[in-house]
Amino acid sequence: MDDLIVKTITKLVVPFIQLYGIFVILHGHLSPGGGFAGGAIIGASLILFTLAFGVNHTNKVVPPSVTEKIETGGIIWYALLGFVGIAVGTSFLSNKIAGFPLGNYGSVISGGLISLATIGIGLKVASTMITLFHRIIEED
Amino acid sequence: MKKPFVLVVLTVLLFILISSLNEMPSLGDRVNPSYNEVAEYYISNAKEDTNTMNIIAAIITDYRAFDTLGETTVLFTSITAVVSVLGFSMFEKKEK
Amino acid sequence: MANLDMILDNINYIGAFTLFIIGLYTVLTHSNLLKRVIGVNIMETAVFLFFVSIGYIKGASAPILDQITGESFYVNPLPSAMILTGIVVAVSITAYGLSLLINLYKEYGTLELDEIISKEEKAND
Repeated sequence: MDDLIVKTITKLVVPFIQLYGIFVILHGHLSPGGGFAGGAIIGASLILFTLAFGVNHTNKVVPPSVTEKIETGGIIWYALLGFVGIAVGTSFLSNKIAGFPLGNYGSVISGGLISLATIGIGLKVASTMITLFHRIIEED
Repeated sequence: MKKPFVLVVLTVLLFILISSLNEMPSLGDRVNPSYNEVAEYYISNAKEDTNTMNIIAAIITDYRAFDTLGETTVLFTSITAVVSVLGFSMFEKKEK
Repeated sequence: MANLDMILDNINYIGAFTLFIIGLYTVLTHSNLLKRVIGVNIMETAVFLFFVSIGYIKGASAPILDQITGESFYVNPLPSAMILTGIVVAVSITAYGLSLLINLYKEYGTLELDEIISKEEKAND
């Protein structure tokens, strides 16, 4: 697409969409939302960037090797959080018994395992959406 | 020939499904068979166990965290399936 | 044959059944393969609507604990938490089906099921 209005508006709007997506992920335990909705918002902003500027330009800005590492890093981070519970002495994926600091009620840093797991899920969903879109829309 | 036959069969199916409405609880009823002691335990003990305000986030990442791990595996499997069908053309272009 | 009260009380079940029948009709009658994938998506939406609407209770609020007031009558949180996983599975199946359609188009040049079957029968003779 070679429209000038679409390119200018996209350059102005995409940082605000990503900021909103990061806000929804980080406040996953205080307000409705969570990992899946926040990851979908960040993925949608990168799909908008791809539609306005073309696939070749987006592959220089966000190369496929970076999205591969984010995707595998998300799953390995989630599994390592589960193994902390086994290392202490209780069962897999435990929160209060394994000694995670719970924090104050109602602040952003609270909940122990919940905030860390939400960040892992959000990154994984965003990288999945952009990888699927690039694979399907690529031509020879 | 095909379309009216399919229409008649689907209308019969719709009548069979609607005839089961007599035994379902109506929308918004308090005496629901699905509102049992499991849901009441989650609602009343979520504040002490997890110290969060969102009960659904506490359910999917603390009480039932293993299901969320299985679901991230489903996301990973879907990417593997799509890449294996379509072919990975980025590496072939670089080798040329 | 039924009065208006019975329809308004069970309107979520009637909506879910109607969407399911519409999706099944789309899959069975159209010969374009892309319309069949859309029909499967409509059927999945009907199942999600049926499952989530079971947990609703009249006069209750969303299951987010409030810091100021101490109201304690909440909607059932369990069906919503279970459908979250189901939606992700539905998206994965749709992505895989669409990638198979791309390979079919490259091979045969068309997306209609009748023409694909006739081309295969001509190639087998």
